[in-house]
Amino acid sequence: MAWETVMGLEVHVELATKSKIFCSCTTEFGGEPNTHCCPICTGMPGTLPVVNRQVVNFAMKAGIALNCDITRYNKFDRKNYFYPDLPKAYQISQLYLPICRNGRVPIETESGLKKDIRIHEIHMEEDAGKLIHDEFNDETKCDYNRCGVPLIEIVSEPDFRSAEEVIAYLTKLKSTLEYLGVSDCKMQEGSMRADVNLSVRQAGTEEFGTRTEMKNLNSFKAISKAINYEAKRQIDVIERGGKVIQETRRWDDNKDKSYAMRSKENAQDYRYFPEPDLPPIEIDDEWYDATRDSLPELADAKKRRYMDELGLPEYDADMITGQKALADFFEETTALCGNPKEVSNWIMGELMRKLGDEGIEAKDMKLTPKALATLIELVGKKTINRNKAKEIFGIAFKEDLDVEKYVKDNNLEQVSDEGLVLDIVKKVIASNPKAVEDYNSGNKKASGFLMGQCMKELKGKGNPGVVNKLLNRELNK
Amino acid sequence: MNICEMTALELGAKIKSGEIKAPDAVRAVLDEIKKKDPYYSGGINAYLLTIEQEALERAEDVQKRIEAGEFEDSPLAGVPIAIKDNICTKGVKTTCASKILGDFKPPYDATVIEKLNAAGAVIIGKLNMDEFAMGSTGETSFYGETKNPWDHGRVTGGSSSGAAAAVAACEAPCALGSDTGGSIRQPASFCGVTGMKPTYGAVSRYGLIAYASSLDQIGPVAKDAADCAAILDIICGKDEMDGTSLDVEHKSYLDELSGDVSGLKIGIPKQCFGDGLNADVKAAVLGVAETLKAKGAEIEEFDMPLIDYAVPTYYIIAAAEASSNLSRFDGVKYGYRAEGFEDLTDLYMKTRSEGFGEEVKRRIMLGTFALSTGYYDAYYKKALQVKALIKKAFDEAYEKYDVILFPAAPTTAPKMGESLSDPLKMYLSDIYTVSVNLAGLPGISVPCGFDKDGMPIGAQLVGAPLGDHVILNAAYAYQQLTDYHKKAAEKFGKEAE
Repeated sequence: MAWETVMGLEVHVELATKSKIFCSCTTEFGGEPNTHCCPICTGMPGTLPVVNRQVVNFAMKAGIALNCDITRYNKFDRKNYFYPDLPKAYQISQLYLPICRNGRVPIETESGLKKDIRIHEIHMEEDAGKLIHDEFNDETKCDYNRCGVPLIEIVSEPDFRSAEEVIAYLTKLKSTLEYLGVSDCKMQEGSMRADVNLSVRQAGTEEFGTRTEMKNLNSFKAISKAINYEAKRQIDVIERGGKVIQETRRWDDNKDKSYAMRSKENAQDYRYFPEPDLPPIEIDDEWYDATRDSLPELADAKKRRYMDELGLPEYDADMITGQKALADFFEETTALCGNPKEVSNWIMGELMRKLGDEGIEAKDMKLTPKALATLIELVGKKTINRNKAKEIFGIAFKEDLDVEKYVKDNNLEQVSDEGLVLDIVKKVIASNPKAVEDYNSGNKKASGFLMGQCMKELKGKGNPGVVNKLLNRELNK
Repeated sequence: MNICEMTALELGAKIKSGEIKAPDAVRAVLDEIKKKDPYYSGGINAYLLTIEQEALERAEDVQKRIEAGEFEDSPLAGVPIAIKDNICTKGVKTTCASKILGDFKPPYDATVIEKLNAAGAVIIGKLNMDEFAMGSTGETSFYGETKNPWDHGRVTGGSSSGAAAAVAACEAPCALGSDTGGSIRQPASFCGVTGMKPTYGAVSRYGLIAYASSLDQIGPVAKDAADCAAILDIICGKDEMDGTSLDVEHKSYLDELSGDVSGLKIGIPKQCFGDGLNADVKAAVLGVAETLKAKGAEIEEFDMPLIDYAVPTYYIIAAAEASSNLSRFDGVKYGYRAEGFEDLTDLYMKTRSEGFGEEVKRRIMLGTFALSTGYYDAYYKKALQVKALIKKAFDEAYEKYDVILFPAAPTTAPKMGESLSDPLKMYLSDIYTVSVNLAGLPGISVPCGFDKDGMPIGAQLVGAPLGDHVILNAAYAYQQLTDYHKKAAEKFGKEAE
């Protein structure tokens, strides 16, 4: 019997506004507990929320980029429930008239499958605080720094059929939101969180099975594992003659297992109703147009441009535009040195390798466009050779390096002076009679050895072309 | 005339002219409070708290600044004012007359408080009220009921019980109250003072502890319409801290008072003068129409059948919003926390069961029910639809009339204890005030006579949205022609000698 997995995603994304959604407190991550909050975001009696317009701008940008209809008259609603991390005992969210609806995200999976994922809605809401459980003193402490940090929740239709599709979608979302500059999408810091609604059914049937919702998925890897675990669990339940229970489950990444948190019977009644403290948000044409026109070039358009105008191969263009930080780095470096192909080669080769080795993301690296552009220019002018350039790259990757000064200070300019090189060549030939003899008897490998000896004498700074030319000339005399 | 008898504007003028010093005005009012207010000495219990030291220091400061030429355009500089206890005052207890906020000192001032301070008014204390502004009698206060100065056996009305009683008893020249369903206009009517609910949004709600956010509005309680205009001039206007506040364009409500009502079109809704209306009240309110007609106003009766739906609509919307607004009082962050709880749920249940009074709990439960899955459409959503219809009916009426006139309450002040035993009856007595909140309109209650027992009667003048100046002027015109509004000061102010 063939089973099909059906999934829908609810993705919470923290917006990168400077201040919170309903007050002027900073949204900065971290900080001593309860230092990034005020009477408004802690819901003190009598205080009122006022919408941060930038939050609306960011949500609208995300909606436009994800091909949504923008609800020109949208409203906030209250979601009521008691919990100590929620100081007003209600979360201001959007239920009845969310800001975006009916979106579409084209994805392409690793194995080349192309499809569209439909977006049901995107709504704006406020984050809650954090509870810190002090087991030693048997106390719970509340930290309200996160209260009122702006979020958007992107709710998809149940269009996913595999973990691979989910990852492709999340990658695309992440890249798009980063390009828009509306979020830094750091899963580890919780600025992007995905909940997976999953059910299984027999392939070919129309009706959905009973679904579960999985929470606490903190990485793409965890999401993949959790999806495969949950699909298998549900299939097992059904094949053993049981029934899947509609419930919320928590993924435990250490144990590679999920646990039931609460079932539908225990589901809360959130008693949503329109937020009376906030007037509806009316987006007129002027506001909408200004936001739409402010959208930056997104990954797909960039990729096409890199291929068509800059002549990059599709694979390279795809990799570089996959991360906004890489694309920015590519463009800035190219602007400085005017050599897109060379920049792309360095990124695809040395940079990707370094990023992989160090396990860091492009947006966190120290390497500056100026450093790489200078390296490329110095190689182009034959001031340094390629091997030296790679060495310097290794340093520039770790610290903000003034490459030109470094090359000068360390006397690394390439030696192209024929007189100087000839002296070295003669010296090497004189001191390596065995190799010379081998060469003369037709062993071409010996020429490589002699070349290496020359470069060693030149402390690696020899211009390979010049050294090669003179060595050959002397050997063949 | 002694200090306590004066209107706020009269007192302000004498302070400005140097005839009276601001600290002396504060002292006179504080003395009056000490004499008449203490609950356990049989006083009227209008105040929950006076802030003598701060008020005197502040009055000294204002006096100096007046002498230095400041506050030239501020007719109420140096005038004492009392504040309903659901309006936040920085560092001063703000309890909503509830046990659950018994020790709550807000770390911020409400916007209206900042504005009063900037205008040189001197805050002298916090006023009693129905708990969380829920009640129409003043009896639901955790800190004891307020007594009607005209008859201590009767209620003041509510929820701004302390505000109406304090102004009537000359324990304050003027006060700020709040009005969600009549909480300023009805007690003003019961106590023989003038009380106004401005257009929804005209005054910032920032710092007003919410009962029902879409209906709550802060407003003045004073001896006459001119004082109300002067106070409204200070407190109204767009506030960046309140997204629902309006950008009201106006020069000065006070300066706009002309007393001219010729050609003013006054509508009288028939449905407001039918069954259940006390005959004395009916006669007195219709008398207002006659008085204004004699000065050139045009009076006409019209149909307003929807008014019958106002009370149920109001109680669903107000209770629903209240159930959410009052959820934050959970014992976690501030205010009362029950002792001996076993877990989180127990903490919530014990704290809220012990911290809230009966009426508040009743409305929280009503509101929670009205918002529940399966009932939302039948109750809350339906109520919003009726609210929209009521607003539409008023809008249509204002195409024909400038002002609508009806009573503030169907009776004069009932006896203590009569209403609480029958909450439904208490709710129904709000019939004349709640529709005004549902439609977001400005309304003012003016004294217009006394019943056979000598209890004051109030007439209500209601205006179109942002027609605050229109009803203030109509009330002012009426008060130029009558002296019902002066009776309280004549009766209770003299005692100050």
